[in-house]
Amino acid sequence: MKTRLARHWISGSMIGLTYLAAVLATLPLLLILAHLIRKGAASLSLSFFTHMPGPVGETGGGMANAIVGTLILISIACAIGLPIGIGAGIYLSEKRSMPLAQSVRFLSDVLNGLPSIVMGIFAWTLLVRPVGHFSALAGGGALGAMMIPLVTRTTEEMLRVVPTSLREAALALGYPRWRTSLSVVVRTALAGIATGALVAVARIAGETAPLLFTALGNQFWSTSLREPIAALPLQIFAYAISAYDEWHAQAWAGALVLISIVLVISLAARVVTRSKFGAPVD
Amino acid sequence: MLQSIEVSPGARVIPRVVAPRAASAEARETATPEKPCIITSHLSAFFGDAPAIKDVSMVVPQQAVTAIIGPSGCGKSTLLRCINRMHETGPNTRVDGQVEILGSAIYGDGTSATAVRRHVGMVFQRPTPFPTMSIRTNVAAGLRADPRSRLAQENVDEIVEKALHRAGLWEEVKDRLNESAMTLSGGQQQRLCIARALATRPRVILLDEPTASLDPLSTQKVEELVYDLRETVTVVIVTHNMQQAARVSDRTAFLLAGELIELAPTNALFTAPMDPRTEAYITGRFG
Repeated sequence: MKTRLARHWISGSMIGLTYLAAVLATLPLLLILAHLIRKGAASLSLSFFTHMPGPVGETGGGMANAIVGTLILISIACAIGLPIGIGAGIYLSEKRSMPLAQSVRFLSDVLNGLPSIVMGIFAWTLLVRPVGHFSALAGGGALGAMMIPLVTRTTEEMLRVVPTSLREAALALGYPRWRTSLSVVVRTALAGIATGALVAVARIAGETAPLLFTALGNQFWSTSLREPIAALPLQIFAYAISAYDEWHAQAWAGALVLISIVLVISLAARVVTRSKFGAPVD
Repeated sequence: MLQSIEVSPGARVIPRVVAPRAASAEARETATPEKPCIITSHLSAFFGDAPAIKDVSMVVPQQAVTAIIGPSGCGKSTLLRCINRMHETGPNTRVDGQVEILGSAIYGDGTSATAVRRHVGMVFQRPTPFPTMSIRTNVAAGLRADPRSRLAQENVDEIVEKALHRAGLWEEVKDRLNESAMTLSGGQQQRLCIARALATRPRVILLDEPTASLDPLSTQKVEELVYDLRETVTVVIVTHNMQQAARVSDRTAFLLAGELIELAPTNALFTAPMDPRTEAYITGRFG
């Protein structure tokens, strides 16, 4: 039988271990941030955001095209991923026990676990090969397809939290079913759905693999959806494996900008969640 | 026989006309209302294959409060939910028989459930204000659901004020109509839900244990409100609480295992029940 002292000691050390685990869990992010700021902040200036990449050996070039390219790619991905993902999420929550809903739910989980490079090849087969050239559209499509399962599942989870009593209250007022779903159930869960959508955006913003065979990257200024387009992750990748110190420095700065974009989106998600008429209280 | 039913007249300010004790079955028959509002005939409702109510035929008079009492699981709420066609919103549900409200068969061909629900308001056990809406838009929510009443803005404000007055909530919320409905207390939220149900001017209002989650003071307010509502609408209230039924209702129906055992003027039912099962229930021998 354990003595009181032994119990006390075991309890103390277990608590200590969980503290250690918690610190270790956040350590990578802190190290990455510190490292990025140390290496990248020096190359970060206004011209980084406004100038095009310069030739080798010349200082002062920027990644304006890649920043704009990433924003365009995110927009395309949202245009594809959000309507389909949110729509599918609403379907799953409305018809939660239908056999079709159960298979959709399962397949969406499988899609979620699909390696992103596979998604890139898929988008290449579907969107690049038939037209014969790489394009922003194909890159956005690949990212959008990655968003769909993420958005679907968070939307469903958020709608599920809305109490049935609210749905009944709306029906009892004479709301038709579609209106009950949209203006009461979805509206109540909107903050949560928006948060889920922003988390999905943050997740795909830094994806590189799906863009390799689709958006390809571009050294020049291009906002055409039918042309190859530059993207921050691709630019970072290209610069990081180059042989030039200036480009390495630029890659660090690019990584810092990319992680800042993701951070801003994540913070926006938190603010949206805490909005005035936020989550339902029940 | 009456030990457990204390109406405690001193505790309540609601005036009640105490009807003389019904002497016989014939006296009861004459008490059947002349102006019927809701008539159910051979109404049965099922969850899957299991019947929740069986062959209920009853008449609910206009502009009166009818209480439905009975032990847990006896089908009180299901019966109520058949009157505004809410029962069919659940999975695997079925309704047999007929319900007529003011002469129209609500389960008839070509009658839509949403149209029925616009004329039959309902308030639930827990307050259900829409959390994303302000107090004002909550009350107006039912108006916006009705495609026929695209009303002018000032008109809506007027209706909202009137409904809040009738629910006895106006004085408490008149300065904060644009605040979230979630800032109200539980009792206020429930009266808000009653106001929301009244705003569409329903002919019938169904209350499903409206005070089950409220404190005594809020309960009293809601009961007074229910008592006053009879002047303009027909009220059917489901309650666990026999004292509440005795306080607010004109007629009481006793339900047991899905069957309607007895429906009589409240006073007669509580003082001289016809059926031994009613007597057993109201004297607290079961349930």
